Amino acid sequence: MTTMPLVAEEHALQADTHVEGHAAHHEEEHDRPGINRMGLWLFMASESCLFIAMAAARFYLAGTTKGEVNLALGLLLTVILLGSSWLGYQATGAIKVGNRRKAIAALLLASLLGVVFIAGVGVEWSTAAFGKDLVPPASPQATPFGTAFFAMTGLHVLHLFTGLVGLLLVTNLLRKGQFGPGDYWGVTAIVRYWTFVDVMWLVVVFPVLYLL
Amino acid sequence: MTALATAGTQPAHRPSVISGFFPIIRGLIFAVVGFAIGAAVAAGIRVATGAPAWAPTQTSSVGTIPSTEQIVTVGFIFAVPAWLLGVGFLETTVRQWFGYRTRPVVTDWRRYLTASEDHKVIGLQYLATFVVVLLVAGLGAMTMRIQLMQPDNQFLTPDIYNRVMSFHGIAMVSVAVAAVMGSFGNYFVPIMIGARDMAFPRLNALSFWLIPVVIVSLFLSELLGGWDSGWTAYPPLSVRNASGQVMFNLAIIVFGLSSILGGINFIVTTIKMRAPGMTWGRVPIFVWSVLSAAFIASFFTQFFAASLTMVLLDRLVGTNFFIGQGGAPLLYEHTFWFYSHPAVYIFVLPGFGMALEVLAHLSRKPLFAYRWAVAGFIGIVGMSGIVWAHHMFVSGMPSALLGPFLVTTELISIPTGLIFLSALGTVWMGRLWLTTPMLFALGFTFNFLIGGVTGIFLADVPTDVSLHDTYFVVAHFHYTIIGGEIFALFAAFYFWFPKMTGRMLSERLGKIHFWMMFIFFNLTFLPMFWAGLHGMNRRIATYQNDLAQVNLFISINAFLLGSSFIFFVFNVLRALLWKKAPRAEANPWRARTLEWLVSSPPPVENFPSTPIVVGSPYGYGTGGRPHAVFALAGASDEEVTA
Repeated sequence: MTTMPLVAEEHALQADTHVEGHAAHHEEEHDRPGINRMGLWLFMASESCLFIAMAAARFYLAGTTKGEVNLALGLLLTVILLGSSWLGYQATGAIKVGNRRKAIAALLLASLLGVVFIAGVGVEWSTAAFGKDLVPPASPQATPFGTAFFAMTGLHVLHLFTGLVGLLLVTNLLRKGQFGPGDYWGVTAIVRYWTFVDVMWLVVVFPVLYLL
Repeated sequence: MTALATAGTQPAHRPSVISGFFPIIRGLIFAVVGFAIGAAVAAGIRVATGAPAWAPTQTSSVGTIPSTEQIVTVGFIFAVPAWLLGVGFLETTVRQWFGYRTRPVVTDWRRYLTASEDHKVIGLQYLATFVVVLLVAGLGAMTMRIQLMQPDNQFLTPDIYNRVMSFHGIAMVSVAVAAVMGSFGNYFVPIMIGARDMAFPRLNALSFWLIPVVIVSLFLSELLGGWDSGWTAYPPLSVRNASGQVMFNLAIIVFGLSSILGGINFIVTTIKMRAPGMTWGRVPIFVWSVLSAAFIASFFTQFFAASLTMVLLDRLVGTNFFIGQGGAPLLYEHTFWFYSHPAVYIFVLPGFGMALEVLAHLSRKPLFAYRWAVAGFIGIVGMSGIVWAHHMFVSGMPSALLGPFLVTTELISIPTGLIFLSALGTVWMGRLWLTTPMLFALGFTFNFLIGGVTGIFLADVPTDVSLHDTYFVVAHFHYTIIGGEIFALFAAFYFWFPKMTGRMLSERLGKIHFWMMFIFFNLTFLPMFWAGLHGMNRRIATYQNDLAQVNLFISINAFLLGSSFIFFVFNVLRALLWKKAPRAEANPWRARTLEWLVSSPPPVENFPSTPIVVGSPYGYGTGGRPHAVFALAGASDEEVTA
C-alpha cells in the first residue's frame, strides 16, 4: 500500500520530461493493426446507418414508385465504380510487395474513375425529368421520388468526394516515399473506405433508386 | 512530491496566462476566416447558377428565400475544420506537411486549453465544459420558472419563452449525452481496464474540440432569430421558422459526429485494450455501461443526423421531405425518435454504471448479481431500437403500430429492472459509508424508481393518449434524467474528484448540496405529475388559472433547487483555489478498482507498469485476491501488491 504511490510519482517525473506525445513507446503492448481495423469497420457500419435512414425515407415518401431514371447511365456508373474499387485493391497488393510505382498509378486511375463517376451523376442530375423545378424554397413540383433521388445520390457523391480527397492525399504520401511492405495501413484504410462507398452504391443507392 | 516535481521539470520561464489562451484565440480567428471563405464560395455558387449573390430574406407562402441560410451553411462547413486547425488539432502533422518546425507538446496547465491527446486532459476538458453548460442551461430553467410563477405572466413574450425553452432543452440533452461519457468515461474507462490511453487519442481530441463549435453555434443562432421548435425540432415548424434553425441543425449534426466518433473510440478501447487478466467477468460495471451506451451512440446517432439533414435540404435546396407535395412530417418523427429514444439510454446507462460502482464500493460488498446487471445493459442495447414509436401514440401513425410498441416498451423494463435489483441487492445488508457520493447514489435509486414507475402510464396507450404533452411527461423524464442520470453524475463527481484533482471536497458542503438538491428536486417535480394530470400543457408559456397555486409552489422549489448548486460551485472552487484545501491520498475510499491503485491525480501514463488483473474488482469482505498487481519494470520477479 505504501510503496505504490511512490512508484507512481517517480513515473510521473519521467513521463513529464518527455514531450513528443506519449502514446508511441508502449504501442507494442497492444494489437495496433487490429485496433485500426476495428475502428474503421465500426465507422463504416455507422456510416451505413445514414444510407439506411435515407433509403427508409425514400420508401416512406415514395413507396415503391419510381421516377424516370436513366438505367443505362446507372449501369455504366456502377461498372465504373466497381473498376475503381478493383484498382484500389491493386494498389494495396502492389505496395504490399513494395511496388510503389504501380501503387501510385493504380490509385491515380481509381481517383480518375471517381471523378468520371461524379461527372456522370452530374449528367443525371441535369437531365432528370423530375429535377427541373427543384429550386428553393420547397418547390411544389419536387416529387417524393425526386426528393429521395437527389438526397441519396447527393449523400453518396459527398462520401465519394471525401474518399477522393483521401485517395489523393495517400497518393501524395506514397509519392513522398511513405508506406512500404511493412507499413501500408494508410493505403489499406483509404482503399477500404473507397470500397465501402462503392458498396453503398451497389447495395443501397443503385437498387433502391434504379432497379426497383 | 510537488517539490520534487517542480525541481525536475522547472520551465525556463513561467508562461503567461494569455499565452495559454493562444490556441483558442487562434482557433476563433481561423474560424472567422474559414467562415468568410465558405460564405464567398456559397455566394460564388449562387452567382454561377444565375441567382444574386445575396438577397434579403423574404417570407413567402411556402417558406423563406434562403440565401442567408445557404451562405451561413457553407460558411459553417468551412469554419469547423479551420477552428480545429487553429486550436491545435493535428498541429504537428500539418506543420510537418508544410515543412515547418514542430513545437514540443506543452505539459503544464496550458495543455487543458489546446487539443491535447491525453485522455485525462480530455476528460477534464469535457467535465469543465459541461458543468458550465449545465449551470447555464439551469439558468434557462430558472427563467422559465419565473415566467410560470403565475398564469398569463408578462415576464417573457411567448416567442422568447419558446426560445428559452428550446435552448434549455437542447443544452440539457447535450449535457446528458456527453457530460458523463465524455468526462468520466474518457478519464476512467482507460484506467479501469488498465490501458494507457484511449484506442484513438487523436480522434478523442477531435471529439472534444467539436463541442465548442456546437455551443458557440447555438448561441450565434440567436443572431439569426434563434429557434423556437424545442429540442425535438419537428417539421413543418422547423422548415419554416427563423433562420436560427439552420444553425441549430448544423450544430447538432456536428454534435452527433462528436458523439459517434467518441462511441467508436470507447468500443475499440474496451474490446482491444484491456490489461492482461481483465476478462469480461472482471471488467468494472461502469466500463460495461459505457460500452453499452457507446454502441447506441455509434449507430443510432446517424438517424438523428439524417433527420436534421433532411430538414436542412428542405430549407436550403428545395426538396420536399416534410412540406409541399408528398412531404411527410411523420417521417421526421420516426427517424428522430429512432435515435432519440435510444439516446435516453446513452444518458442513463453510464449513470446506472456509476451508481452501481459507487454503491458497491461504499457498501463494502461485492456488486450484487454482476452478471445479471451486465445482461441488463446488453438487453437494453438490444431492445433500445424497437421502442421509439411510444413517443408517437397520438401522432396519427397507423393504429396497428400502437399495440406492438406498447408491448416492447413494457418489455424493456425487464432489463432495466435487473440493473435496479442489482443496485438494491448491493446495498442490502451492507455497511454503508454515508459519504456524499453514496448519498447521491442512493438518491438516484429512489428517484429513478419514481421515474420508472410513472413511465408505465406513458407506455400504455390508453393513459398516454390523455397524458401526452402534459406536465406528467415533463415530470417523468426529469425524474429519469435529473433524478437518475444527474444524481449519478454528482455521485461520480464527488467520488472521483479527489482522484482527478488530488484535492478533497468538503463533506459538509457536499452533504448540504445533496440534501438541498434531493429535497427540492422532489418538491419541484412531484407536483408536476399533479399539474399534468390536471391538464397543464408542456412547452407553453402560460396555463389555466386554477393551476396558479401549484405552479407558484413548483417555481419556489425550483429556485431553491437551483440555489443548491451554489454550494456545489463553492465547494469545487474552494478545493481547487484555496491553498490549504486538504490533499487527496491515493485511495481515500479504500476502493479496489485500478484507478485507486495509482497516485491522485494519476501519472501521465496511468501506471508504473502494465497492471496484471488477478481478481474481481468488487471482492470486498471475501478475503480473496486483490483486483490487480503491478509487475515492476526492470524487476519483473518482484511484485508489488496493491
